[in-house]
Order: sequence, then structure tokens, then C-alpha cells
Amino acid sequence: MTRSYSALSLFKEGLAGQTGWEPAWRSPEPKARYDAIVIGGGGHGLAAAYYLAKNHGITNVALLEKGWIGGGNTGRNTTVVRSNYFYPESAAIYGLAHSLYKGLSADLNYNIMLSQRGVLTLAHSETGLETAARTLNAIQVNGIDSELLSLEEVKRLVPIYNWGPDARYPVFGGTIQRSGGTARHDAVAWGYARAASRLGVDIIQNCEITDFIIEGGRCRGVATTRGTMRAERTGMAVAGHSSVLAGKAGFRLPVNSYALQACVSEPVKPILDTVVISPDTGVYVSQSDKGEMVIGGALDRIPSYGQRGNLPVLEGVLAGMLDMFPVLGQLKLMRQWAGIVDVVPDSSPIIGETPLPGLFINCGWGTGGFKAIPAGGTLLAHLLATGKHHDISRPFDLDRFTTGRLIDEAAGSGIAH
Amino acid sequence: MQLFPCPFCGPRDEAEFHYGGEAGNLRPDGREVPAGRWADYLHMRANPKGATREIWVHVTCGEFFAMERDTVTHKVAGSVSLGEAEQQP
Repeated sequence: MTRSYSALSLFKEGLAGQTGWEPAWRSPEPKARYDAIVIGGGGHGLAAAYYLAKNHGITNVALLEKGWIGGGNTGRNTTVVRSNYFYPESAAIYGLAHSLYKGLSADLNYNIMLSQRGVLTLAHSETGLETAARTLNAIQVNGIDSELLSLEEVKRLVPIYNWGPDARYPVFGGTIQRSGGTARHDAVAWGYARAASRLGVDIIQNCEITDFIIEGGRCRGVATTRGTMRAERTGMAVAGHSSVLAGKAGFRLPVNSYALQACVSEPVKPILDTVVISPDTGVYVSQSDKGEMVIGGALDRIPSYGQRGNLPVLEGVLAGMLDMFPVLGQLKLMRQWAGIVDVVPDSSPIIGETPLPGLFINCGWGTGGFKAIPAGGTLLAHLLATGKHHDISRPFDLDRFTTGRLIDEAAGSGIAH
Repeated sequence: MQLFPCPFCGPRDEAEFHYGGEAGNLRPDGREVPAGRWADYLHMRANPKGATREIWVHVTCGEFFAMERDTVTHKVAGSVSLGEAEQQP
């Protein structure tokens, strides 16, 4: 059987008629007892299971997923990776994720197609440019690569923008993180799943949590649709459904669930080789490797668990996109979808032990969880292995909502999520 | 486009409404409110999947009201102005 992915193994399998590939991950029957359980087979949960095995040597781990792995927000985002945040705490956590992303294909032996094509944020007025420059200073002090671009530089970078005199959103300049870009989101999920499985993690799909086993005031495992599993430490990374599981465990979270929509056009030849974000239209656009224009925008304004999205917000996003790129006006939309995101008052993640001892949480990434997957996994794994915070996750504990020490990135970096 | 029922104006476009919060989240009273209770009031939410009761405001007429709806199907079960809601048992 061929296990390792390489040019040589591809060549050999080509000669052998592609018959020797083994499945990317095992699908074992659940065991009654594990050293640790991770709930949620999205990027964060899969990464946590992988780093438990890789960084801490804990391999008797169950990864439980209600549906199929990568079928939630991991497969529903716009695949953007960046780390240009305002507060040092945020720069540390997103910076960790970004540095791990850079070496992830080699680490997992799985091509996640990281494309560091740059992430450009536009400024649509003189005051907008001044604010951008001030934010940029903070980002540079945090040690994150980021530059201010003049109008001429933005024009060279995005020739298809609406540069006409009647543009509703004229451009005065912008900021760019050149090391940012995109990665293939399915590959991130599958790569972590395959690497975790090879280290001994049991990946169990179609396995929904029905209840927590609580004994002596501690979480001792979970009851699921595929039987009962016990472990002294359980972690959950379930994004928009965090409140549902918290309800079963007997506590509440500072989370509101909203639908976040995105859509892609039919594929066209390469016309946009960077990610463009407009703070004023609230729209961001990139072009996938297949050629589709990938379009994202603001949250729906109605609390929701329906993975569809509402029309008024989609209409606003597309109107903004068309104002930015009138040249795309004749493209057909191929697909539109929504993911349920976990929005927290200060737009920063929640990582730490929950009010139920033995149960740890990773949630609250809101609209920006994909870019943080390697860090969210590393930090949840650290908590599950040691029972203690990593220095980088400490500021993001649930206790900040009682102490008042919030990390308000919506106000800080000006990007709503 | 979904229609929401304003108790004062009748069915109107969803874009005219603003979400206010979960119903029944009352501000704690008095000087000696502990930090945990404030955190509960300010931040902690049930965030239910399914049936929910919420406070909304119809921005165009200024009516605050309670609306019962489903967060998965988005079906609205009904709405009642806050003055009438207080008179209900």
C-alpha cells in the first residue's frame, strides 16, 4: 500500500494503475474509553486531535463529528489566511496560526495549496487612509508584515477595480499583508484528518453528542448516537453550535449564532491575483485557482441556525461587489451558501476550561476561524494535555467577560467578525 | 425577502427591523450586583437552536415588541408589543 504522498509515489501508482493508495484516514468503531475526546470534525477539532498526538504524545484520542469532517464552516469559508491584527494578544494567536500554515503542507504531507498572494485592504477616503495608517503602525509594532500602499500601487495591483470618475467607492490607497493569501480549505481538513489518523486518532463521523457524562461535578465523557465514550478530558470546537452543546453541559456562553454567506461565480481566466477587502462595502473578493470569483461579505442581521442565508444581505454584498468590479457584472453565480458562525461581543475567540470542569472549549472565532485553525488546534491540544493555558491562549479565557478585560478586535482592526 | 409582523404596522420587510436581544434578559437592580451577575446580563446568552422569543424594534415606526420565531426555519409564530406582553400572565 502507498502511504506517503510524493512525486515518486504518484509516478509509481501511475504505473500500477492507481490501485495501491490506502484510504486517507481509518474509520474505526468507537471504543468505550479514550485519554481525550475532541468534539467537532472541522479544522479546529481535527487540528486539536493532530497536535494532541504530535506535540503531546497522546494518541488514544477520539474525534467525534456529527456529520462528515470539514462539512461545516471549514468547507463554507472564503479560504483567506492573514494575521494583520491590532492587539498584541490577537497578533500572537493569529501569528502562530500563520506561521504554522506556512509549513503545514510539509508537516502533514498533504498539499493545502497555500497561496501567499497578499491580502489588500482598501481605503476609500483620506480619513480612511489615515485610520488605515494608524492601524498599520500597531500591526507593524506587533511584528506582522504589513505595508501602506499609494493609490498608484493599488491601481497596478488591481487593474480591474472601478477606477472611473463616477465610482461610488473611490480608492485613496490601501494596506497589504503580502504573506497573507488563501489555502484550500478542504485540504486543510483532510490533511489534518489523515495525519491525525496515522498517529492513532480515531476519527468517528456521523456521531452526534446527545449528552455529557457528568459525575462528581466533572465531565467524564459523552453519550453519543454511536454509544457512550469516557475520557477525563473533553474538548469542543463546534463554532456556531457551541451554545447548543453548552446547554447540554449546563452553562451559557457569550455567543450569538448568525449565518455568514458567501458565493462563487462561474470560472474565468485569471484577472485578480490578490485578495481585495473593502471596509466600506463590507465585501471581499478573490479568485480561486479554478478561476471562480469568491465573494464574501457581512453577517446576516438575524440570529440563525439555518445554513442558507437571507436575501437582503446577499443583495447588498453583490451590489457592493459590482460597484467595486463592474467588469464582473455579466458573470453568473454558480453557488451560494451560508455557515453558522459564533459571534462574541469583542470579536475574539474563547479558549479555555468551561464552567464544567474537564470540558474545554475553542469557539468564538466568528467570521474568521479558518485562518486560525493551526493555532486553535495547538492551543486546545495544550489545554487538553496539560489542563493549563498556553501563554498565547490565556488572554482568551472565558473569564474576560467577568473581569471586563475584553480584546475588542471589531474596534481595533476595524474588521467585523 | 421575509416579512416580519410589526404589532403596530403589520407585516413589513425584514430589512426594516433591528434585533434587540433575547426576551427576559432583565437588567439587575441595586448597587451590590456581583461581577458574575453583570457578566450574565451583559454577555451570556441561551442562543437557542429552534424556538426562541426575542425583542425586536421596527426602526421605521419605533415600535419595540417581542417576537416568537424559529432560528432554524425562520418561521415566525407571532409578535406582541411590549406593553401588551407585560399585561400577559
